[in-house]
Amino acid sequence: MAKRIGMEVSIAAAEAVKQADVDVVAAYPITPQTHIVEKLSEFAADGQLDGEYVTVESEHSAMSVCIGSQASGARTFTSTSSQGLALMSELVPIVSALRLPLVMLLVNRSLSGPLSIWNDHSDVMSIRDSGCIQLFVKNGQEVYDHVFIGYRIAEKENVLLPVIINMDGFILSHTFEPVEIMTPDELKGYLPPYQPKYTLHPDHPLTMGAYATPALYTEAKKAHDEVLKASYPSILEAWNSWGKRTGRHYRPVEELFCQDADTIIVSMGSLSETAAEAVKLMRDQGEKVGLLELRLWRPFPFEEFSRAAAGAQRLIVMDRAVSSGGPGGPVASEIRSALYGINNPPRVDSYIIGLGGRNVTIQDFVEMVEKTEAESALSPVTGSTYEIFGAREHH
Amino acid sequence: MKEISIHARAGQGAITVAALLGTAVFLEGRYALAFPHFGAARMGAPMNSFVRISDRPIRIRSQVYEPDYILVVDATLMRGFDVFHGMKKGGAAYINQQEHEAVPSQEGIQIYTIPADELSRKIFGRPMGNTMLLGAYSAGSGEVSLESLEKAVEEKFPEKIARLNQEAFREGYQYFQEKYAR
Repeated sequence: MAKRIGMEVSIAAAEAVKQADVDVVAAYPITPQTHIVEKLSEFAADGQLDGEYVTVESEHSAMSVCIGSQASGARTFTSTSSQGLALMSELVPIVSALRLPLVMLLVNRSLSGPLSIWNDHSDVMSIRDSGCIQLFVKNGQEVYDHVFIGYRIAEKENVLLPVIINMDGFILSHTFEPVEIMTPDELKGYLPPYQPKYTLHPDHPLTMGAYATPALYTEAKKAHDEVLKASYPSILEAWNSWGKRTGRHYRPVEELFCQDADTIIVSMGSLSETAAEAVKLMRDQGEKVGLLELRLWRPFPFEEFSRAAAGAQRLIVMDRAVSSGGPGGPVASEIRSALYGINNPPRVDSYIIGLGGRNVTIQDFVEMVEKTEAESALSPVTGSTYEIFGAREHH
Repeated sequence: MKEISIHARAGQGAITVAALLGTAVFLEGRYALAFPHFGAARMGAPMNSFVRISDRPIRIRSQVYEPDYILVVDATLMRGFDVFHGMKKGGAAYINQQEHEAVPSQEGIQIYTIPADELSRKIFGRPMGNTMLLGAYSAGSGEVSLESLEKAVEEKFPEKIARLNQEAFREGYQYFQEKYAR
């Protein structure tokens, strides 16, 4: 039977990669991703991982190796953070355009500068439009589970896209917590052996990464966009099948007390854990507050999101990244778009919090709710453009 | 739920202490969440780690501001920083007693000083007081048993290192009992 073990989440992640029978790992160590790839390199060295760990000199090379190995038909894994992703980012839209079902754990860390090793979502937002499936997990168990779920989604014949699993740096990667590790028997059949549809092989020449003239580029982009959107049912299928097997059920958006809520907090990643405690506290005090956790980021679950949020008067959207000079946090901006045109849309307030590792407490959520409710009494419709919450004013 | 804040300098084993305590709690069938908070992320820089212990799954992931317990692995940190800040009334502090470092009394907080550097030198050949403090914490708080700590360290470290740390746990436990147990 599956065993619940207290362990560092990074080690649980490496354990999952090993159990997912990955053939190739190519990665370059960077804080806070380090423990994952160190453990994988150990697994490879002592023969526990039946695959190859390719040591590379940079993240650019890491992703290049991943593209090559995946194109040759090997199940491949990588992981990075922050500047590592930035260096790798030239290749991220390419791995998706080549339809290569790579799985990446992106251990979210703020982009420099100023230099920070701490958590926020500025790294992932820089590759938001790269055409990869992107999701956010909130605790160690979800990290572990989504390595398997990620490959099941990615490798479906009608998907064949990279899956990027976002896990908050330190808050998840360096935390010791209980994780249920599945036995090989329990995993059996969930992830069938990888059978690539197209591979590079000298006996069967084909082209990957061809040049597209203006006569073709638009159509290629449209096809990519359509396949990403069409991956939605396959994502649901992978979650449902995992839920049946483990009892752990996942949805593109998770609702807590949303049905009769006047005010709904929207969060992604590990913030959702503390937010859930804040919402329970406010409920105990008679406040009609709910939590809407956005797990799937790309493809954006417009329909499910609108349905869950439509009844509320106010949405308070948490962003862990700044879209400088833009209309609000990246998540809030999308949510405003998602709700545009529906009848009586809720007011959407954009709060940017938890930047560069700034701690977010239950009290912060309570304050944001109080502030939004007070302001919306004056203006029920518009909502603030955005506020960088808790930033000290300089004098 | 009980909350613990461990104060140390990077390299003094605050993360190890948090992980061992968390693991020991898991072994007793309860829940724990243990995580570090680095300052400058350089060896010798002040840092801390946090542990939450509960009979139920723990969801809150913010840092600990109002600890029930603190463990101070390096007393020199108290020169420029109020380690007692935010502590709950009736809480307890386990402090590595070091030469020249005066420990001020605190209203409503039980202070236990353990000469962990000095005692650990006999075991490790160098001052490494983190696990000894944890042994004293086990004796004083009753939140985790000495046996669970000893088992936890076996899971985490090779045999030789595990044995030394088990000795340190026991030494800290005994010291506490002799000095403070009524």
